[in-house]
Amino acid sequence: MTPLLIVLLPFVGLILPIILARHSHTAATVGALIPTTLSFGLLLSLAGDVFAGEVFVASWPWIETLGMNLSFRVDGLGMLFAILILGIGTLVVLYAHFYLSDSDPRGRFFGALLAFMGAMLGVVLAENVLLLAFFWEITSLSSFLLIAYWTHVPLARQGARMALAITGMGGLLLFAGLLLVGHIVGSYELSAILANGALIQGHDLYVPALILVLMGAFTKSAQFPFHFWLPNAMTAPTPVSAYLHSATMVKAGVFLLARMHPALSGTPEWFFIVTGAGLVTLTFAAYVALFKHDLKGLLAYSTISHLGLITVLFGFGTPMAALVGVFHILNHAAFKASLFMSVGIVDHETGTRDMRILGGLRHAMPITATLATLGAAAMAGIPGFNGFISKEMLFYESWKLPFIENEWVVPVIVTVGGLLSMAYSVRLVIDTFFGEEGDTPAKPHDPPFGMWLPVALLVAVCVVVGVYPSIAEPIVNAAALATIGGVMPEGYEHLSLWHGFNAAVVMSLIAIFGGAAFFMLRHKLFALAERYWPNLHGKLVFEGLVERVVDATRATTASLENGSLQRYVMLLIAFVVAAGALPFFLFDFAPGNLPATELEPVTIVIFGIFVAACLGVVANHKRRLTAIVTLSVVGLVVSLSFVKFSAPDLALTQLSVEVVTILLLLLALYVLPKETPSEGGFSLRKVRDGILASVAGLGTGWMSYMVMTRPQDSISMTHLEKAYYPVGGGTNVVNVTLVDIRGFDTMGEVAVLAMAGLGIFALLARLNPEHIHGVTRRVLDRYPVMLTSATRPLLSLILVMAVYIFMRGHYLPGGGFIAGLVATVALIIQYMASGQQWSSERMPVNFRIMAIIGVTIAVLSGATSLALGKPMMTMLVPLGEPGTVMTLYFDLGVFLGVVGAMMTILTSLGVLSRPASAETLAHSKETNPWKP
Amino acid sequence: MILTYAIATAFGIVSAAILLNAYRLFQGPDVLDRVVALDTMNINAIALLLLAGIWWSTDLFFEAALLIAMMGFVGTVGLARFLLRGDLIE
Repeated sequence: MTPLLIVLLPFVGLILPIILARHSHTAATVGALIPTTLSFGLLLSLAGDVFAGEVFVASWPWIETLGMNLSFRVDGLGMLFAILILGIGTLVVLYAHFYLSDSDPRGRFFGALLAFMGAMLGVVLAENVLLLAFFWEITSLSSFLLIAYWTHVPLARQGARMALAITGMGGLLLFAGLLLVGHIVGSYELSAILANGALIQGHDLYVPALILVLMGAFTKSAQFPFHFWLPNAMTAPTPVSAYLHSATMVKAGVFLLARMHPALSGTPEWFFIVTGAGLVTLTFAAYVALFKHDLKGLLAYSTISHLGLITVLFGFGTPMAALVGVFHILNHAAFKASLFMSVGIVDHETGTRDMRILGGLRHAMPITATLATLGAAAMAGIPGFNGFISKEMLFYESWKLPFIENEWVVPVIVTVGGLLSMAYSVRLVIDTFFGEEGDTPAKPHDPPFGMWLPVALLVAVCVVVGVYPSIAEPIVNAAALATIGGVMPEGYEHLSLWHGFNAAVVMSLIAIFGGAAFFMLRHKLFALAERYWPNLHGKLVFEGLVERVVDATRATTASLENGSLQRYVMLLIAFVVAAGALPFFLFDFAPGNLPATELEPVTIVIFGIFVAACLGVVANHKRRLTAIVTLSVVGLVVSLSFVKFSAPDLALTQLSVEVVTILLLLLALYVLPKETPSEGGFSLRKVRDGILASVAGLGTGWMSYMVMTRPQDSISMTHLEKAYYPVGGGTNVVNVTLVDIRGFDTMGEVAVLAMAGLGIFALLARLNPEHIHGVTRRVLDRYPVMLTSATRPLLSLILVMAVYIFMRGHYLPGGGFIAGLVATVALIIQYMASGQQWSSERMPVNFRIMAIIGVTIAVLSGATSLALGKPMMTMLVPLGEPGTVMTLYFDLGVFLGVVGAMMTILTSLGVLSRPASAETLAHSKETNPWKP
Repeated sequence: MILTYAIATAFGIVSAAILLNAYRLFQGPDVLDRVVALDTMNINAIALLLLAGIWWSTDLFFEAALLIAMMGFVGTVGLARFLLRGDLIE
């Protein structure tokens, strides 16, 4: 349970700062600290056992058919990362408390930070790799929110978008890679994957899987050529940068390398790709960092460079290199977080981060200067600091390691990387804190205690580990053990400061003194760089690509969607015709051999009117009101034919739907022109549309004829025999089908109806029509007394009818849907006769909430069976008479959903006529034929 | 026996009435004529349903007839309001 809680606490707790932020700044910070520290405490309670070599695995089934389980794993590697995430997370929360200004919304900041924290914990503690990919996506999303925190800054939005695009794309590739790995192993659990390294590496799909997984790692860890999102993400508030780019986000990539190390490493492909990418990134980014005048830009490229260094180490594939890699992850997190925070303090107190402006700050801010200098010393790899030890060990590991069949390549490149690292570290300190005092926008001074305390703690870690490296041994050893896969490297005993005089020491000396010399020459280098710096930025390339993709999609959309509704209908019907015509040609056109039923004179009359009315609608379509009246005839005849062909349920539904449709059309017609504008004379398009419509109509007709003339069992008989009474407990097959056998569909449909109602409400709520065309007020009396007195008794009559239809629905024609429509009609006629105000005063019901309650009742009654261990929508639960009770509740939900949604729609349309003032009714006549 | 003839005759008369309604509905000339025609057609449809109920000796058609009565009325009220005031709900 504990691993699950560790991951879930930040997610659950993210509501705390959001709520508390309304209270005060301190309350928000405390709210963010509570879940963080609780989770941290839980984690530390496992630490002892994990350091002793124990691995906690806890699993709960989630989507078993897909192999996705809610399973977590706390081993040394996960523990190291979780400690970094929560430890530095706590410090970042504290730091952010002082960093954020009064105008920054704190609830949103801490909420996103906690979501990110939880997602990172999920990544590092996941046992199931699908779960890992899932949390990986959440880190991309929540980091997007964090980077774009200052939403009013365009650069922040761009940077966040870029980070999301790159890491999100990488996440998808990683997902594909993990699916391949899982496919090879036959399980998505890490225990199985890590134990089957040989199987994976021998498989044909190894290389594709490896490349996909590495793409995930490289995009996240900003390895060349995907590095450019990271510097652009520096537009985030500094606490975010300190968190994302030291301990968490970018470390997820190298975490993945470490995590998959036992399963994927050790092959030439792994070595070549990982080490190669790492070496390029390491030197390239260190070189660029030296030329950055922006403090955060320098740190951003330095981060990329150090990530490259860690990647190189994991690329070696040897146990010792992996151990050093793990150790450097810890060291880098400590000094980089402290440096980001120091730089944030400088920015906060002076108002600038430009090293060309800054200088001499050691007098004004002695504490910050000391802490930043110590942190930079660790970054540079000066003896006595943690960075020195891991860098020294890297040099030792790289010595004479053949790469591209040359044993000098790796040592030379890493030495150059170390040299540049030294150079930019020195520059960071000297240009900011020494030399002449710069002319900064604000007068600098040291920050409050709470702001530099997190920095001091992190620097303390750097120094202590640098002097007594053995203090970090338990955590590093445990993490390395998990990375290597069980056996500690040969010849390794302890982390120590001095390994004796060897090649590594020489490389270190070259790096330190060479770096210092490089720094001395910086002004000449800057001048050179100004002149010859290639004008190629990852950002520009990316933006160009994105622009092209956007243009291409726009063009595609525009070619399909030109805004003409006629065209969409044409395409839709053309497609239906094509799809529907295919079976005709595959099989045959012949009707069946059932004898035709007898033709009564009444039927001839009725269907003659039906055909005439259909033609009448087409002929009258320009005069919209006439068309609506004619359409009513169509509806009436359809209802009558349902009665004749023994479908009373359909007839009742059709009748109710019919009148509601007419009312809706009339309501909409109020704000629409009363006549359809002319479409012009003869055109080929009209001919085309006419042919299409005729083919669709005649085809459907012929299809129905074919079906009806072939002998087959009626569906209702099948249902009657097999399902309806024993399963559904009712005798009305339509209703049993709706509320029980296909209850899931009904639930969805009612939900859709409710959503449509709410959507229409939202769309119309602010609509204020400017022109109401052609409204004629023939009478001045708004509420004719005849009408009001005739309709009021009707309310109870129709409602009784609705209740009657509702109650008997399970056994005889009726049910919740029809009853809902009937009740809607009962209510809406009061609105029509007596007005909106009169009716809503007497009926203070929020129909939107009624619709939601209806859907909720339907869902809950369907889900009741879950509690009894039966599948959803098992209505025959033993509650009194078989099934009756649950289906009744379900139908009640349907009833309320229908009434709520329909009333919402009708009244929102009705509201449109309220602002009908003299101006908006400019084109209207007010005539009263009965005026004397 | 007499019932058979009576119902058959009634069917004929009601059908003729519906035909006449349809004529007025399609012919107009005013929208008001059409609305009245529609309302009358609804009433004739009720008659038709009740006759059919007697013919086949079933009471299942009764609800449909009742519903046509109610819905037809509401529809007519809606149309009438629209013609008189231009909007349905004020």
